[in-house]
Amino acid sequence: MLNIPKRKTKKKRLKRPQKKPEKLIDKDDTRLDGRKLNELRPVKIEVGILGNADGSAYIEQGKNKILAAVYGPKEVHPRHLARPDRAVLRCRYHMAPFSVDERKSPAPSRREVELSKVIREALEPSIFVEYYPRTSIDVFIEVLQADGGTRCAGITAASLALADAGIPMRDLVVACAAGKVDGCLVLDLMDVEDKGGEADVPLALMPNLNAITLLQMDGSLTIEEFEKAINLALEGCKQLYTLQKEALKSKYVAVKEAVEE
Amino acid sequence: MPLFYEKRQLVTPGDLLAEDNYIAGDNTYKDNGKIYASRIGLVDYEARKVHVVALKAFYVPSIEDTVIGKVVEVTTGGWIVDINAPYFAMLRASDVIDRPFKPQTSDLPSIFDVGDLIIAKIVAYDRTRDPLLTIHEPGLGKIMRGQLVEITPTKIPRVIGRKGSMVSMIKRETGCQITIGQNGLILISGKTPDDERLAVMALHKIEEESHISGLTDRVTEMLRKEKEGVEHT
Amino acid sequence: MTPPPIVVRVKQKRIAELVSSGKRLDGRGLTDYREIQVEAGVIERAEGSSRVRLGKTEVMVGIKIEIGTPFPDVPNEGVIIVNAELVPLASPTFEPGPPNENAVELARIVDRGIRESKAIELEKLCVEPGKNVFIVFIDVYVLNHDGNLIDASAMAALAALLNTKMFNYELKEGEIKIKPGYTPLPIRNYPIAVTFAKINGKLIVDPWLEEEQVMDARLTMTLDKDGKICAIQKGGYGYFTTQQILEAAKITREKTEELRKIVVKG
Repeated sequence: MLNIPKRKTKKKRLKRPQKKPEKLIDKDDTRLDGRKLNELRPVKIEVGILGNADGSAYIEQGKNKILAAVYGPKEVHPRHLARPDRAVLRCRYHMAPFSVDERKSPAPSRREVELSKVIREALEPSIFVEYYPRTSIDVFIEVLQADGGTRCAGITAASLALADAGIPMRDLVVACAAGKVDGCLVLDLMDVEDKGGEADVPLALMPNLNAITLLQMDGSLTIEEFEKAINLALEGCKQLYTLQKEALKSKYVAVKEAVEE
Repeated sequence: MPLFYEKRQLVTPGDLLAEDNYIAGDNTYKDNGKIYASRIGLVDYEARKVHVVALKAFYVPSIEDTVIGKVVEVTTGGWIVDINAPYFAMLRASDVIDRPFKPQTSDLPSIFDVGDLIIAKIVAYDRTRDPLLTIHEPGLGKIMRGQLVEITPTKIPRVIGRKGSMVSMIKRETGCQITIGQNGLILISGKTPDDERLAVMALHKIEEESHISGLTDRVTEMLRKEKEGVEHT
Repeated sequence: MTPPPIVVRVKQKRIAELVSSGKRLDGRGLTDYREIQVEAGVIERAEGSSRVRLGKTEVMVGIKIEIGTPFPDVPNEGVIIVNAELVPLASPTFEPGPPNENAVELARIVDRGIRESKAIELEKLCVEPGKNVFIVFIDVYVLNHDGNLIDASAMAALAALLNTKMFNYELKEGEIKIKPGYTPLPIRNYPIAVTFAKINGKLIVDPWLEEEQVMDARLTMTLDKDGKICAIQKGGYGYFTTQQILEAAKITREKTEELRKIVVKG
């Protein structure tokens, strides 16, 4: 008798007992963490917190804790990657092994490879790369704790790190996701909502230029629902943008206030 | 007249500064007739030109600038110098050695070795190649002693002050020799370590508070207070 | 990663100018696809296969079915694994080695389309709940790169799935034994991807290689048979406005109907 070759899927180890919540949104349109449908998670941002990087920023959004750092512009190594007419932008999105429930191997997963690419493509339109030929600008995003929407929070922090590094930019890039959970359109999905919901639409924006630099979607939405989701994500972005700018200015504002006392 | 900010207001990249017929100055850019900031800094308007005095930027080489750099590599033809810019700079052996030099017999490391600090001037730089240095002018060459301070290059004009007023004041109050590199590196050489420490404090204060007016007075006051404090201990 | 090839500036200008006036270098309209040929069952050894030619772009997909352990959170469902190989013979810009970011992105976009549209009835792929399920390996093999690998790969994957047969089996004393005969893989949805390139502010569908080299951004939308969106991916170093995105969604709706007819029939 022929034997069908057995190929094991990735073995998952200790699965933490995760009670899949029955309902993600209750009848008062309140979400599991008490938020309204169109409410952002609480956000905290700090800029310029790492000593060695040319620019850096840290963001907490709900339970997300993400660090972004920028090195450059500097000479490219290896040399053959240099471009004669512009700087090369390199981006690495990476999750720490302890950032998720089940320990994640430090080796880059396919998801991290894809996210590194789309995040780079989200930031690139904002940078005047033509000003610095033959150099590289390296962006590092480390997710220290993850709870859904890490690519968006990572972009928001990375953009601040670029500005903190003194790299000339067309605008800050801010990002936020909207989606559909338990039949309702919601803003800024947490991990449990992303996993249990019907759709997730992450979006990145340069607000002053009205330019969408990242757009992805997975799940199932009618075109009409998709349009509403985009508009909701844009709203969220605008709110985050205000917080982004404040965080960037805060170092200088604080010094000014101290001096003027 | 579409100007959206007042002079010396803090702006961030992407902020709309002006519309209609203005010229985009430093740290701004023009798109579709509108002028936006490209770096965080203080906006300023001068006639029809809008520019931003950046609070944080890295050094971009400019011909004629005096810079302080660190030798990072010795090659057959000269030295590669780190001038704290996106590009390394080159100092050719022919610039330093007067007689025609032979790579086989010249001992370049004996002139400048890896780790040496030099003051040099940029003589050539464009988009297609790294900046070229010279030390063939009085006052340039190897640095033998002193302390190095690094500040954001955009603050250098503030350190110099109007007609050199700020740096002259610091020299006077601390008795230190101060050599300023346009690339944000400043060399301090004083009679005692305490004197040098005062100068370093002054420079850091300028870097932190450069966007607030009345700086020269505040720095002078701080130096005097510190000196009094030291005298009493 | 090799740097992108340098495009002759005069050609770049020509393509951009043409697009501004609603035309393309090969005579197509802005929303026209190149000629599409779909062949199914080209590799007999595989459980399912197809070859799609989209203009000169050529993609082959092979489906292999194996048995393995299910994911713990869905113990009764089969597993889908999509991989894409940009083999070096397909383009001077492809280098040998493990999948780079373009290959990974391509695989994940194709995967999203199939997974989110629930195209494969995974519940029917369970052999022993929690222990053994069918694993559907979808391997995308790019044979010639002349632009728009995403749409070609998505069509090829769908065509291959429609062509896939699983062996019949019986479970005897905890052992899986193959019986004669086959069952077609249970498919209930037909996701189709439509990719746009943005050149000079205009959207064009199915970019050919030289148009891709000149574009500043790319947008892919995957729709299922009911016109619902199941995947979206923006790529490239440029951006889109909201209007452009919504316009693209409208065009996608029309185009997916056309394309679906070609794939599902063939």
